[in-house]
Amino acid sequence: MAAPRVLLLLAAAALLAVSSVGDASGEGPRGRKLLVLVDDLAVRSSHSAFFGSLQARGLDLEFRLADDPKLSLHRYGQYLYDGLVLFAPSTPRFGGSVDQNAVLEFIDAGHDMILAADHSASDLIRGIATECGVDFDEDPEAMVIDHINYASSEVEGDHTLIAGDDLIQSDVILGSKKIEAPVLFRGIGHAANPSNSLVLKVLSASPSAYSANPEAKLASVPSLTGFLKSGVQKAGSKMSHDKAGNEQFVTETSKWVFHERGHLKAVNVKHHKVGETNEPSMYRINDDLEYSVEIYEWSGTSWKPYVADDVQIQFFMMSPYVLKNMSTDKTAVYSASFKVPDVYGVFQFKVEYQRLGYTGLSLAKQIPVRPYRHDEYERFITSAFPYYAASFSTMGAFFIFSVAYLYHK
Amino acid sequence: AFGGVLCAFTLILIGVLAFSIRLFSVIKYESVIHEFDPYFNFRVTQFLSKNGIYEFWNWFDDRTWYPLGRVIGGTVYPGLTLTAGSIWWFVNALNIPLSVETVCVFTAPIFSAIASWATYLLTKEAKGTGAGLMAAAILAMVPSYISRSVAGSYDNEAVAIFALVFTFYLYVKTLNTGSLFYATLNALSYFYMVCSWGGYTFIINLIPMHVLLCIVTGRYSSRLYIAYAPLVILGTLLAALVPVVGFNAVLTSEHFASFLVFIILHVVAFVYYIKGLLTPRLFKMAMTLVITVGLAVCFAVVAILVALVASSPTKGWSGRSLSLLDPTYASKYIPIIASVSEHQPPTWPSYFMDINVLAFLVPAGIISCFLPLSDASSFMVLYLVTAVYFSGVMVRLMLVLAPAACILSGIALSSAFDVLTRSMKFQLSKLFDDGPAISGNGSPNGSSASTVNTSSSKNEKTEKSEAAPKEKQSKKNRRKDKEVTESVSVKPKKEKRLSVLPLEASIVSTLLLIALGGFYVVHCVWAAAEAYSAPSIVLTSRSREGLHVFDDFREAYAWLSHNTDVDDKVASWWDYGYQTTAMANRTVIVDNNTWNNTHIATVGTAMSSPEKAAWEIFDSLDVKYVLVVFGGLVGYPSDDINKFLWMVRIGGGEFPHIKEPDYLRDGQYRVDAQATPTMLNCLMYKLCYYRFVETDGKGFDRVRGYEIGKKHFKLTHFEEVFTTHHWMVRIYKLKPQKNRIRGKLKKLKSVSLPAY
Repeated sequence: MAAPRVLLLLAAAALLAVSSVGDASGEGPRGRKLLVLVDDLAVRSSHSAFFGSLQARGLDLEFRLADDPKLSLHRYGQYLYDGLVLFAPSTPRFGGSVDQNAVLEFIDAGHDMILAADHSASDLIRGIATECGVDFDEDPEAMVIDHINYASSEVEGDHTLIAGDDLIQSDVILGSKKIEAPVLFRGIGHAANPSNSLVLKVLSASPSAYSANPEAKLASVPSLTGFLKSGVQKAGSKMSHDKAGNEQFVTETSKWVFHERGHLKAVNVKHHKVGETNEPSMYRINDDLEYSVEIYEWSGTSWKPYVADDVQIQFFMMSPYVLKNMSTDKTAVYSASFKVPDVYGVFQFKVEYQRLGYTGLSLAKQIPVRPYRHDEYERFITSAFPYYAASFSTMGAFFIFSVAYLYHK
Repeated sequence: AFGGVLCAFTLILIGVLAFSIRLFSVIKYESVIHEFDPYFNFRVTQFLSKNGIYEFWNWFDDRTWYPLGRVIGGTVYPGLTLTAGSIWWFVNALNIPLSVETVCVFTAPIFSAIASWATYLLTKEAKGTGAGLMAAAILAMVPSYISRSVAGSYDNEAVAIFALVFTFYLYVKTLNTGSLFYATLNALSYFYMVCSWGGYTFIINLIPMHVLLCIVTGRYSSRLYIAYAPLVILGTLLAALVPVVGFNAVLTSEHFASFLVFIILHVVAFVYYIKGLLTPRLFKMAMTLVITVGLAVCFAVVAILVALVASSPTKGWSGRSLSLLDPTYASKYIPIIASVSEHQPPTWPSYFMDINVLAFLVPAGIISCFLPLSDASSFMVLYLVTAVYFSGVMVRLMLVLAPAACILSGIALSSAFDVLTRSMKFQLSKLFDDGPAISGNGSPNGSSASTVNTSSSKNEKTEKSEAAPKEKQSKKNRRKDKEVTESVSVKPKKEKRLSVLPLEASIVSTLLLIALGGFYVVHCVWAAAEAYSAPSIVLTSRSREGLHVFDDFREAYAWLSHNTDVDDKVASWWDYGYQTTAMANRTVIVDNNTWNNTHIATVGTAMSSPEKAAWEIFDSLDVKYVLVVFGGLVGYPSDDINKFLWMVRIGGGEFPHIKEPDYLRDGQYRVDAQATPTMLNCLMYKLCYYRFVETDGKGFDRVRGYEIGKKHFKLTHFEEVFTTHHWMVRIYKLKPQKNRIRGKLKKLKSVSLPAY
């Protein structure tokens, strides 16, 4: 099933990514055709660095105005695009047949989206974000303010340009090259419900950040003292960087969003009895079996073997009867061999692999396990020899008795 | 010789009658398998005919009781399946290409015919040919038996009643002849019974009871020993060969009575042996010695038995047996047994419905049995008394009572005709003595019979315009009645001179008895045609517009088999499990073989939980579709809402968070405006009444007779995928887990305050 992820960014744009397991074999997991909706075509040049990096990676961008009346996500039941970049924060409604539900259906069908929003975010954009689990501050004037972790270039300002370096610890999402410089952010505050397991916070603000209207006067003294306190604790030197980490951050994140990284696929599920090669339709209790599966990761250009030591196989019937780490030989083949438990029923081979940043692998293959056949039990049991002897001696004795009784007069 | 031919001819007619009276279901509906359990038997038979006996024996069925599966070969009574499988194989070997289904449909009628012949044999052993024919004719159409053996009712009882009666016959036969040959046959017949039905425990308790009765009343003989001892040894060995019985044949307390009586019988035999060896004085001395030792041994045996019983898991008694001994046991402790309607005690009208006039004839039969009390007739009385008790406990055991009632009624009628015709003959011969002097005994007898014959044939002619099949049946039967009286009247010549009634009285009583028989026949034919022929998967109702056919069940199962994936799991209440696997070929969670209470309770809990909790339960069982049966639109009363109390009760029995009082308003299950919120939010209510208000605008439930409580609601975790034509079956699909979780539009302004 789809392994959905929503990521929450404190950057100039909020990026949302939703993905699902692709099944293309030689091809990458995702198509390369993106629809970019802007509320002003000038965005194309103002954000040329971002778009340029997308195009440089081979993505096919189609720029359209958000209120283009001919706008449509699908035709003849087929989606026209593989991903969506919404750089139209203030647009009140989309043109053509596209509306909030159309976008959500697009996402539910397993497509990816980047959504950008600023303080002018319209109800439409807010609605889409909320449906994906991210809530924007309702006050349109409010911005994220951080009096401690602000960008040092504007010491005297209202501290709305904040510097975030609380990044998610995941090479898959952010690339293997560490983002050294803090990421600068100015914009609208948003939050995700902590209980929402499908939302990832890729970059979070420091605990001292808050969302407020910078023009308004703060009246609440106790909370201010709280900030001062924390400020004392957090006071420290800052390294200076030539350049903010924004570009690297956005580039790497967009790679992840469009499945150029972190996409796993599992193919070639095989299982058979030890010593055989054919896949049986049913196992017997206490059979020894081997299970193998190949797991590949999309590297952006090709499928590479995925190497990890924590992929587990479950032999599952309501609860796992066998739970075992699978060994890999670095050629993508993961395998394990185990003994079928002494319980019959309809089992499943289950691989549930959920790792941060990677698409989830969820394989389940049903396999019944039967008890012994009537002729598969041990024929003669050593401990039962007294009973055999007893029954045969009784038969013999009865025969002798009959002969004696009948012919001895 | 002539009597023998007549008797054989009559028996053939009785067989034809027994077979044909059960064909109403095929003629009025179609040649289909009926109800629930027969579908399972049918599926097993199909498997058997396709894969052979060894595969059947080892069949592990992964399509039921998901994910536990069921070892069919080891948990099923194979008698019926093997019988029908053999018939199918035999017929096909003769190049008669019958389908398995056809064979299954007609197995029950065929065995009814055989059962009535077996009844003839049994009654003949007790009271002679006349009573035998009478009993056979009565059994051929007793409604209680018809209800379980109409064409299509392919259930264990269909062959088991034959096996039951035949085993009793062989037992009585052995008892009468003392032949070891019949004793061996008896054990084999008992084996067939064990193969066929769990009711074999009735045999293995009744026969020891009779043996004990014989011993106590001083009727011990070597014939009794031969009749009983081989049966216990061979029968137990053979029973242990049936996989489903296995070691239960020596481990469960249902069988202990037979072993105890076996011991007692040997003690008694030994005592008789000693008695023959010793002088009376010595014997008395030995008696005291033996009694002391014997008591000690008895105590030891009893102690061992008690220990065995206490050590076995269910205290030696299975729930069903306990509910036999203590009728309130099941409803108190085992809701799953009490939830089956055929496990309830019967009401008085059902006796009249099921055995009709036999209920009044039986006492006369008992008296007749006592007139000369023999081993055989005492067995009949004992059989009847125990069967009456058991039938009072469980409706379905009415079936065991039926043969007993038929036999005793047959005896009663036969004796009555015996007396009446004899006195008629006596009086007539006195009348004719004046006229044609020495015309012999035979002619008046013949003439009286012929007059009755002509009068009844006149009757037939006048009523021929109706020409209903009923009439034909009854005609046949009436003729048979006469034949019975004729053949019986041959005998009493030897016995002679008991009591002689006046001529008028005997003629009137004969006519009255014939009329009584006529009423019985009419009732039986009516019961066969109207009451017991409905296959229950196809329903019909008559209204002013004509006949309505409700074929919703097959519609739904066909939908499932055509529109769902072959490995999809379908959850429903267990009643529909067998049908779903047999007709839709889909995996079910629970079915009518209610062996795992927890699993059923899980489904019951899901049905009585709110939507989300139910979704989680079903999802954990990999369920994809949920099927509910809903009768509110057409007024089909046995739907899931009516069964709902059992789901709550069984579910609550295992999972205490389901509390029955939450669903009750003033002690009643209601789904109208007064229903509790728990009831209105549970899954069963929602699945049954989803969109129901759209049918008539008010949501009027025609089974419950009121408007439902909550009319407009939406389903969040389930979606309706199919509803049959009359809304009787509704199928829902579990919605997949969502790709995203909606955020809450909560305020972020924890710190900032609005400016003034």
